[in-house]
Parts: sequence; C-alpha cells; structure tokens
Amino acid sequence: MAFQTANNHTLRKALSVLVSVATFLCALLVIAPLAIVFVHLVDKGASSVNWDFFTKLPKPPLEAGGGMANAIAGTLTLLVLASLVGVPIGVLGGVYLSEYGTDRGNWWLRFFGDVLNGVPSIIWGIVVYALIVKPTKTFSAYAGGVALGFLMLPIIMRTTEEVLYLVPQGYREAGLALGIPRWKVIVHIVMSSALKGITTGVLLALARVAGETAPLLFTAFGNSFWNHKLSDPIAALPLQIFAYAISPYDDWHRQAWAGALVLVCFTLVVNVTVRFLTRGKAMRV
Amino acid sequence: MTENPVQNPAQGAVQSPAQNQRDQRTAAAGAPAQGAVEEETPPAAFQVEGLNMWYGKKQALFDITTSIPSKTITAIIGPSGCGKSTFLRCLNRMHELVPHSRTEGTVRLFGQDLYARNTDASIVRRRVGMVFQKSNPFPTMSIGENVVVGLRLNGVRNRALLNERMEQALRMAALWDEVKNDLNRPGMSLSGGQQQRLCIARAIAVEPEVLLMDEPASALDPIATMKIEELTQQLKANYTIVIVTHNMQQASRVSDKTMFFYMGKLIEYGETKRLFFQPSEKKTEDYITGRFG
Repeated sequence: MAFQTANNHTLRKALSVLVSVATFLCALLVIAPLAIVFVHLVDKGASSVNWDFFTKLPKPPLEAGGGMANAIAGTLTLLVLASLVGVPIGVLGGVYLSEYGTDRGNWWLRFFGDVLNGVPSIIWGIVVYALIVKPTKTFSAYAGGVALGFLMLPIIMRTTEEVLYLVPQGYREAGLALGIPRWKVIVHIVMSSALKGITTGVLLALARVAGETAPLLFTAFGNSFWNHKLSDPIAALPLQIFAYAISPYDDWHRQAWAGALVLVCFTLVVNVTVRFLTRGKAMRV
Repeated sequence: MTENPVQNPAQGAVQSPAQNQRDQRTAAAGAPAQGAVEEETPPAAFQVEGLNMWYGKKQALFDITTSIPSKTITAIIGPSGCGKSTFLRCLNRMHELVPHSRTEGTVRLFGQDLYARNTDASIVRRRVGMVFQKSNPFPTMSIGENVVVGLRLNGVRNRALLNERMEQALRMAALWDEVKNDLNRPGMSLSGGQQQRLCIARAIAVEPEVLLMDEPASALDPIATMKIEELTQQLKANYTIVIVTHNMQQASRVSDKTMFFYMGKLIEYGETKRLFFQPSEKKTEDYITGRFG
C-alpha cells in the first residue's frame, strides 16, 4: 500500500481513460461504414430514385429513362420463393433443436448449422445450379428462390431455437399436465408464445438474403423484362445493380446507385420493423 | 379415453362423498393403529408399489410403497430435495420430462397401471391434473381461453360445451365472480392469487380424477394463500388432492393425511393430526419440531 504513490495513481487513471476512449472510437469505426455508405448512396442515388424507377422496365443502353420495376418485383418474388423453402424447414429445424433434440445431437446440428451459415453464398449458387438449373436446362426464379432459401435456413433455425428456449419451461409443463399431446403443446403454446421472436428471425433472414447477388448469378440469372413464368429467368435488384455498375453507361451507373439505395432502405425498413416488433417486452415472450 | 365410473366431478351431488369420507374417518378414529397406514379408507386412488426413481445416476426415490385414498387431501412434507416433488411428478408421469430419468415399480390409479407400456402419458395426465408452484397462465391466451385450452386442444370443438365448462371450472375455482366480465382479458392481467386459481380452473376444466398441487401457495401472500386453502377444502368433495408443501402449518390445516419424506424415502405416513401430534418416527418429530430442514 505504501508504494502506491499519487503519481502512479494518476497514471492508472489516465490509462483507464485512454482505453475507454480507444474502445469508444473502435465502436464508432464499426458503425462508420454504414453512415458513409448511406450518405454516399443518398448523394449518388437519390436523384435517380423517382416514379419511373419503380414502375418502368429498363431501357436499352444509351436511351434515357427507364427503371428497375422488373428487378424490384423479381426480388420480392424471389424472397417469397425463398421463404417457402427457408421458413418451414428452418422453423421446424429450430423446433427440433429446442424441443426434441438430445444434447449430443444438438451439438452436431448447431455445429453444422454454423458451418452452413459460413459457407460463401456463391457456393449455394453453384449447388443449386447443379441441382436444379442443369436438370431443368434453364435458369429460373425457382432456382434463385431455392438458393436464397438455403441461405436463410441456418439463420432461421438458430433464431427459432433461441427464442423457443426463452419460453419458460412452466408453460410446456402446464400444457403437458393438461394431457395435451406434445406436438399441440409445442404448436399452440410454445410456438405461439414465441411468435414474435420467430417472425423476427424470419425478417432478419429475409433482409440478409435480399441483397445477395452471388447465389443468383447461375440460378435466377436476371432478365431485362417482366418474368411471366417462375420457370423462366427472373430479374433481381442486386443482379441488376451488378449488371449496371459494370456497364460503361453513365445513365446505368446512376440507376445502379438508385438500386443500391433502395436495397439498403429495404434492409433498414426491415430492421426498424424488427425493433418495433421486439420493443418493450423484447423477445422475452 | 378411459371411462372411469368412480367419478364425474363437475356434475351432480357434491356433498355426499365428502360426508361419506368424514364418517369413515370418525369411525376409524377409535380403531387401533396398525402399521404405516392406520385406517381403512377405500377406495384407494393411487397404489404405489416399490417405486424407485433415478435422475441419471442419482437415485431420488427409494422403494416407495403406499396408497393414497380417494377424495381426501394428502399432504407431502419434507425438507428441500427430499423427493416430495419428484414423487408427486411420478404420479402423473411428469418426471418423464427430465432427460435420463427412469423409474422402477408400479403406480396404479384406481387399479390401472400408469406406467404400463400401452398407457399414453397424455391420457394419464388428463386423469391426473396438476397445479404448479409458479402460476403459469398461457401468455397468449385470454382468461377464458386459458380455462378451456385443455379441452380445446384435446379436440372439444362445441362452443356451447366449452363455455359451459369454462363457467363451471371458474366457479369451482372460486374465480367466476371476479372475472366473469373480463373473460377476454389476458390471463396474465390477473393478480398472482387469481392467476393461481385460474390455473386450478384450467386443471379441473378437463375433469381429472386427481389434482396434484406442487406448493401451490408458496409464491402467494397470506390472503391469496387462504383462498387457495379454502378452495382445496371445497374441491375435496370431488377430487383426490395430493399437495406438496413446505409449510407445515398449511399441511396441518388442509390435509387429512400427511406423508413425510426424507432423503428420497417415505419415512412416515398417517392421519395428519396423529402425525403432527404423535409422530412415531424420530425423524418426523425432528422435522416438524424444526430441529432440521
């Protein structure tokens, strides 16, 4: 104690302040790209986001005007198809983990789920290319939807599992003690208690895959016109942005910026919705 | 669903069985005590024989053999971790929810083996209802929905019947007058004591034969506790009640018979009055006089 001079006390205090400032700056750095990207997108893209952008088809190069209506509709279509694959399988997988799985089995399932989550998205494009595009001999909206659905699976499975764990065991016991069959307890009591949380997981997964480009390259492929059959190639916002961004035309560049802005806004809206859903009681059920 | 002629609790003559019970008890009072169960109280609701129970490698119950008479209140007392809740859960197979749990021995309810391979746990639990320590109305359901959920999810669709059973159950749980105008409000909006009575209503709405109560009042204030205790006295006319409690005053107030568990063994079982005033086992005496536990 006697050695603790006023001097090194000051030093320690200074160090403490320094570290807290440094961590704060790092935290700022983490979110800084979002601000930079957003400001940049608004700057470059906002002027091109207009009514035509949402309602018109793309024009041929060097013709002014046109929009990305088909790509926006395409992305929404692909998200619906992806949900058809990802939501039921992902949610039921999460139910298995939380309600039925054994400790050891769950360890492996979670491990593979995490590995899947880390698989680069282009791999899914290739997998679906081999599974669907090759046999059907055509790029299609189905193939794009399945590729995005695969990407959603591990995200939905894990969030579902986690929110189901948050449902107190007492509700399961109370349900079972009434002689209600187990699967009905799970559907009507456990899952309905966690509905908000499950919805949140699904929305976050949708926001995550909405901007994916790589898995669509060899599956949905893209299309400059309206898609009339789901077994035909379909346009998607990220694909269109990619195609326009690498084109040599200034007008297309502007539209690519506008597309990127719309995509980021979509993600933002979904995240705000999620915040709204989980507000107050949070996911505590 | 197994038809059991012994009772159809929600309907009909409420008084006579309890009356009957009381007469038998007074008759038996003069008879000499014999062994652990010192009086004949037929018919037995539960007959437990050689029940051993393990959680993984740890044995929780040791060779329990006993019988629990019908239409009486049996209290189970004992220090924490003595196996009283475990024993209660073995009576409706709720212990099976714990992974790696296993039992040996038999439990019969009015003669039917509850552990028989072809007996489904959900059917056992419809016959043996349960109320938990922590009141747990389902958070997504209204008061009314909470009461009839057991019937609804067991396939009853008739609206009129559901409404009728709902009122009946709420009346039996002494809650009807307090909630009859708020049936659509969330179950969670009730006070703690009301929630617990809602859970009792929910349990009796499926018309079980037995009601197991696992420290039903330990989280409630004295007034709510008193209401639950009064309620058990009314329910006794129609139900066999087994109640686990930490509170020895409660056990002596509400129960006809008391079991004392210690370290997973049934140490003593008898008339509540006798057990509290003249325990025949040293351990029981030590526990009820507060020397341990």
